[in-house]
Amino acid sequence: MDSSRYLLFKWHIDGPLLTGLLLLCTLGLVVLYSAADQQLDIVIRQLTRIGIGLFGMCLIAQVPMRTIIRWSPWIYGIGLLLLIAVMLMGSSGKGAQRWLDLKVIRFQPSELMKLAVPIAVAWYLNDKHAPPTFPNVLLILAMIAVPAFLIARQPDLGTAILIVTSGCFALFLAGLRWRLIGLSGILSMAAAPLLWYVMKDYQKQRVLTLLDPEKDPLGAGYHIIQSKIAVGSGGLFGKGLFNGTQSQLGFLPERTTDFIFAVFCEEFGFIGVIGLLTLYAFVILRCLYLATQSQGTFARLLSGSLALTFFIYVFVNIGMVSGLLPVVGVPLPLISYGGTSLVTLLIGFGLIMSAYTHRQLMSR
Amino acid sequence: MARLLTLKNVDQESQIFSRRALVSMVSMGVLFGFLAYRIADLQLFQHEHFTTRSKENRVKILPLVPPRGLIFSRDGVLLAENMPSFSLEVIPEQAGDIDQLIVQISSIIGLSGDEIERFTREMKRKRSFEKVPLKYNLNEEEIARFSVNRYRFRGVNIATESIRQYPLGDQFAHIVGYVGRINEADERVIDQTNYSLTTHIGKTGVEKAYEPLLHGQVGYQQVEINAQGRIIQVLKRKPPISGKDIYLTVDTRLQNVATEALGENRGAVVAIDPNTGAVLALVSYPAYDPNWFVNGITAARFQELNESKARPLFNRALQGQYPPGSTLKPFMAVAARHFGVRAAHEQSWCPGWFSLEGGKHRYRCWYKAGHGGVDLARSIIESCDVYYYELAFELGIDRIHDYLEGFGLGKVTGVDLYGEAEGLLPSREWKLRTKDVAWYPGESLITGIGQGYMLTTPMQLASATATLSQHGKKVSPKIVGQIEDLLTSKVADRLTDLPEQTVIADEGDWQLVIQAMRDVVLGKRGTARKVGEGAFYEFAGKTGTSQVFGLKQEENDELDVLTDVPDHLRDHALFIAFAPVTNPGIALAVVVEHGGSGGRTAAPVARKVLDYYMKELH
Repeated sequence: MDSSRYLLFKWHIDGPLLTGLLLLCTLGLVVLYSAADQQLDIVIRQLTRIGIGLFGMCLIAQVPMRTIIRWSPWIYGIGLLLLIAVMLMGSSGKGAQRWLDLKVIRFQPSELMKLAVPIAVAWYLNDKHAPPTFPNVLLILAMIAVPAFLIARQPDLGTAILIVTSGCFALFLAGLRWRLIGLSGILSMAAAPLLWYVMKDYQKQRVLTLLDPEKDPLGAGYHIIQSKIAVGSGGLFGKGLFNGTQSQLGFLPERTTDFIFAVFCEEFGFIGVIGLLTLYAFVILRCLYLATQSQGTFARLLSGSLALTFFIYVFVNIGMVSGLLPVVGVPLPLISYGGTSLVTLLIGFGLIMSAYTHRQLMSR
Repeated sequence: MARLLTLKNVDQESQIFSRRALVSMVSMGVLFGFLAYRIADLQLFQHEHFTTRSKENRVKILPLVPPRGLIFSRDGVLLAENMPSFSLEVIPEQAGDIDQLIVQISSIIGLSGDEIERFTREMKRKRSFEKVPLKYNLNEEEIARFSVNRYRFRGVNIATESIRQYPLGDQFAHIVGYVGRINEADERVIDQTNYSLTTHIGKTGVEKAYEPLLHGQVGYQQVEINAQGRIIQVLKRKPPISGKDIYLTVDTRLQNVATEALGENRGAVVAIDPNTGAVLALVSYPAYDPNWFVNGITAARFQELNESKARPLFNRALQGQYPPGSTLKPFMAVAARHFGVRAAHEQSWCPGWFSLEGGKHRYRCWYKAGHGGVDLARSIIESCDVYYYELAFELGIDRIHDYLEGFGLGKVTGVDLYGEAEGLLPSREWKLRTKDVAWYPGESLITGIGQGYMLTTPMQLASATATLSQHGKKVSPKIVGQIEDLLTSKVADRLTDLPEQTVIADEGDWQLVIQAMRDVVLGKRGTARKVGEGAFYEFAGKTGTSQVFGLKQEENDELDVLTDVPDHLRDHALFIAFAPVTNPGIALAVVVEHGGSGGRTAAPVARKVLDYYMKELH
């Protein structure tokens, strides 16, 4: 064991995972620089957030799992209270009520819930026998549903979906019986038509737009059409950095945030896409590996569900940009411009590192 | 035991987790593969489609409007030019509340009711993102006033365009015509590509007749635009081909003389070079200012022009149809000689009237006392009607019709202007066809003195006179002499047609008739001898007076063909002439509506034009 690896281990950092994350963040900065019309100040602002996120990640990695377990109910409870606070008195941005203005920083409690829900589920299952029993499953579903409902009401469908999936992944990894999985699959399919009546008009519009974007090319379909054009016109090798006409000439909306993947596709082509997917796959697989090597149900479930949620980020964002899924506000993790989700994600990786690197200490 | 169980449990849980993690990895692999396939579908299999659409997004073809060709007179005076003009344009989609906008703009630069009405009308016709002009021809003060307040108006811009101007105004209105905004009717006939972004089109006159040449060929530039539609760079450029410059055959000085000679009389003057067919002057009075029409005439002004009894919009030189009256006599005389119905010196007896055998009706000569013995020359010089009643009777309508047709009477001269009237050279066949009635011999008689059904336009009359002066050789009249191609600076001369012999008669007979016409103005007994006084050159002419209403005749049918004539009872005065008598350089026809006697009112107009021509241009 050479000295640098030892040093990383001592500081509870996983070298391969950190490398993957740094590569993704660097790539993200390059694409962002191109997408933001080469405005350096935007890149610098994002770099600062990455710095904060990495610092938070390293900090969390130092905290042993047992401390997290102790804090778990508090984290979940405070998150829930903050969500209710947002509902009652939050400030709104872009027509949705998501922010809590704390004077010093604007805080998005739904981001906290992205970590709090899998933590709470893992905590609840920590001292239960696997696989979880049916009453426990119901209780856990309730623990997931309450914050998800509050967030979906804001409305922030993207985050709500991420929270539901993270909780469900924890359940799944805990060994939820296939019978129950099959049953809930059938039930949710049966409930899908009901969902239609619950959805708001703009949400219905997004689904309809996905099915036929050309119907309203200058209105609802504009995002998805321009995005597909950007992706498709990239071809095998791409148009080259700064040469994407769709993004550089402003045809592509939200090109620094939710649609940054289209910029990437246009400028880096299919070769670049394969590279990026490989990088993402590496990070996720590494996380799952770390999860399997972690000790304790809590640690494994938390790491596993965070890893899989990270996958869902990637899948939903790319699916959305390439016109497979409706437009829900899910950013491309570590690459999209924006601070909150970036910091949350990196802290999540900090938890995964902590779960893995503290195992020897526990076994001793 | 308990410890073992716990350990076993931990192992079991770990195993469960590992299995589930494996399932997750496999599912993830499948889903990633699915994404990769989707991206491959877009980027590889549909790449060409999206490349095209990406290009369509950013590359736009912008038409470049060719500058319209200029119009010059023969003597190089600019008659139609292009001037920069500023107008206020509104994009309704961006402008918001239109009614409020109009109120606000009104308070800054002032808008007339007509302007608002035209704007609202045009706005309904267009789509909401298309520009609609609100006010044309902004002056400097208006531009300044708007610019200061510009920040208040979204979607309102000042646009620069090139606007046609006619420096000589009404003097050339009936020749050059005018351009106007392209309307729905125009849109149906124009080549949409070539007229992309072109706003005006020739509506009358040379502007209309030479529209394809004057307009030129549209160019384009291929530009890269951003999502806001702003041009980022020009990728390719094909410059427009300017419209060709056109030189008219009309001389502004002669046109000016003719206009002044006609003065306040309603009527027309057409002067032609009989050798080439070049129209030297074409006046129709009253006229209008073509500049009024360029940006859309106001409704009130148009109503005034259109409903005026003087009919200023009516081009009398081309569209006015008048019975030729006695100006027809020289042509009839040539016909009579050609068919040999009369020897040159054979005399007819004019007692002041003529009756057909067995008929009671007396066809009167204008000279009630009677001319007495009249030969061919005297019949022209003194314009004896009885002589021509006899000629017409002996010739018969068929021969009259067929022969006079050779002079171009009763059909368009083919001059290169729009809207020329045909006139009317009656025939047996024509009457049967249009009136379903047989031809009466009496109708031949009055046709012989240029009355009855017969109608000619001043243009036709001038052209026929030119043909007569050239001993039957005819050239089609032309108003455009040269067309200059700016690219190649090649000049196409259009006055190269060779005269064609369309009327056949013996040389002696031509000279006889022309000599008689000379004596009309220069002889002692000529009907226009006063006009010939003091002429420093030899010229030939013939007076004519055409009855507005055939009160003395019984043919009621006449009323039909004369409905076009203003119902004023005084006769029209006509005069045809050419000069000099040998190798003539100018032939003309003058019509003064309700001028009374041709010798008194029309002939002096002709004399002034001829004088100027002979002095300055011959």
